[in-house]
Amino acid sequence: MSWWGHDDRERTIAMTDSTAATPGTPDGLDGLTIAVPRGALFGGTVELLTSLGLDTAELRSNDRRLLFSDIGVITMRPSDVPTYVEDGAADLGITGKDVLLERAGPASDQGAHERGRRQIYELLDLGYGRCTMVFATADRVNDRGEDPAAEALRRLGAMRVATKYPHIAARHLEETGRQGEIVEVKGSVELAPLTGLADAIVDLTATGTTLRENGLVVRESIVVCTARLIANPVAYKLKAAQIDQLLERMRAGITA
Amino acid sequence: MIHPIPSGTRDVLPDETRELRMITDALRHVFERHGYGEVYTPALEYESVLARARAGTGIDGAGPVHRVFDAGETLVLRSDMTVPVARLVATRYPDVTEPLRFCYFAHCYRGTRPQWSQPRELLQAGIELIGAPAPGGTAEALTVLCDSLDATGLTDYRIGLGDASLFATLMDRLDIDPAARPGLLETLAGRDFVELRQRLSAIGLSEESVTLLLGLSQRRGGPEVLEVSPGPASDAVAGMRQVGELLAPHIAERVIFDLGLVRSIGYYTGAIFEVYDPALGVPIGGGGRYDELLGRFGSSRPAVGFALDVERLHIALAGEERGTGVVVGPR
Repeated sequence: MSWWGHDDRERTIAMTDSTAATPGTPDGLDGLTIAVPRGALFGGTVELLTSLGLDTAELRSNDRRLLFSDIGVITMRPSDVPTYVEDGAADLGITGKDVLLERAGPASDQGAHERGRRQIYELLDLGYGRCTMVFATADRVNDRGEDPAAEALRRLGAMRVATKYPHIAARHLEETGRQGEIVEVKGSVELAPLTGLADAIVDLTATGTTLRENGLVVRESIVVCTARLIANPVAYKLKAAQIDQLLERMRAGITA
Repeated sequence: MIHPIPSGTRDVLPDETRELRMITDALRHVFERHGYGEVYTPALEYESVLARARAGTGIDGAGPVHRVFDAGETLVLRSDMTVPVARLVATRYPDVTEPLRFCYFAHCYRGTRPQWSQPRELLQAGIELIGAPAPGGTAEALTVLCDSLDATGLTDYRIGLGDASLFATLMDRLDIDPAARPGLLETLAGRDFVELRQRLSAIGLSEESVTLLLGLSQRRGGPEVLEVSPGPASDAVAGMRQVGELLAPHIAERVIFDLGLVRSIGYYTGAIFEVYDPALGVPIGGGGRYDELLGRFGSSRPAVGFALDVERLHIALAGEERGTGVVVGPR
């Protein structure tokens, strides 16, 4: 069973009492609750929490448990972190900038900020989990020197772009003045240009190895993404002292 | 047979209506006691009239509005009650100089993206105090706000108090390139301190000024946060200090002074505020001064007001009740 398919997941959230103190760990999270991403950012996050004095032994050893209320930690997939933080089910959260950018919606959707879509605070660049959002195509050019996406744009009027990040991809095309059709896929984006599903992809890459192994080449770097600390807007006001104190300790750890 | 209704709207059945009614009755009683007379305005207004509220601000108010096209006219469903009341005051009370006090209970409408499950229709309860300048008018609005929340039985709420002009004043005093200012304000409104730091560094500001702006934008807490060293920052918080000094102790203890508070609505000019409760992850309501809005309707007067989201207030009351045993409804 995948970790997010845990049977107790609904009950566990109800147990997350934001006022639950962590007695005996004055140098822990000071009663704050933090949403922690499983996956690529998990290792760096556990390291950070350990450096803050949390007992992370159980967190490291048990990958099926979701709620660690004794240390104020809830684990979930990275894209769910902003959801829990926006709602206030967690005071703080750690997730990738890619997740936050994708949630911000397409650029042409004016007023998304105003209507409270992104009411969370982005407090700190944690530095780890460094990846680049790239625009990539197959490693070939036609006799005019055009890559497959440029050729499609010239001859067919639009390029088909496969991605797990439809909003980021749409925004990138819009900002570079190109017409495109976004094909949303849930995984193995590299497959799309190889099979003719799309002319290009927009995806997150750390080393570029997977792209190269699938005969793709990075044409444009869109944005560098790292792990970010986010906060619920009400918790940020009502628990200001605890959050600022934790922030100070995290900053000290990052620059150290 | 199931008949759908638009996303972001809902039917309210008697049990819920009864609880909502207890809340609105408690609020209405307090509003009336403070001299605020209830008004109704049409849910539909001319787009060209409400658009006056945005004139020159470059900000699209509360986001997309619902438009209705009828016989060659573009009508909109109101997105708040402040602009309709400003329109009403300019039209019906053009020459009144003494303060006017109005309250309302009204549904307001927002454009929305269906998959985000945002409300398209929301019930707001609020007041508008027209013709009462800062700081006295602001203190009165905050007093009515706290008295009305007390009357609903909400116990743990706090009021965040900031100033819409604070950051603009600071940028002016620090001689920041006018071309860079809208982007900085937008980043602040987006609550993104990582990008704010990057942007401030990128415009070639001294490290001292970057630290000052970043520090102030994250400064929130008791009256001590207003004790800043003399200079641009001290001048910028002067308005907040004046309001704070006028508040009775039981109101003042509810206030969190928040130098980084921003509200997205474009017509706010001075004090702005938001209502928080630990039982809810989003603000229950908010308001502020809009000293230039009436002028855009040709009837210049200082003004201040607030609106509470009645459904959110209901959720917060229910949350407090579960957590602390507080009874929903007036005491």
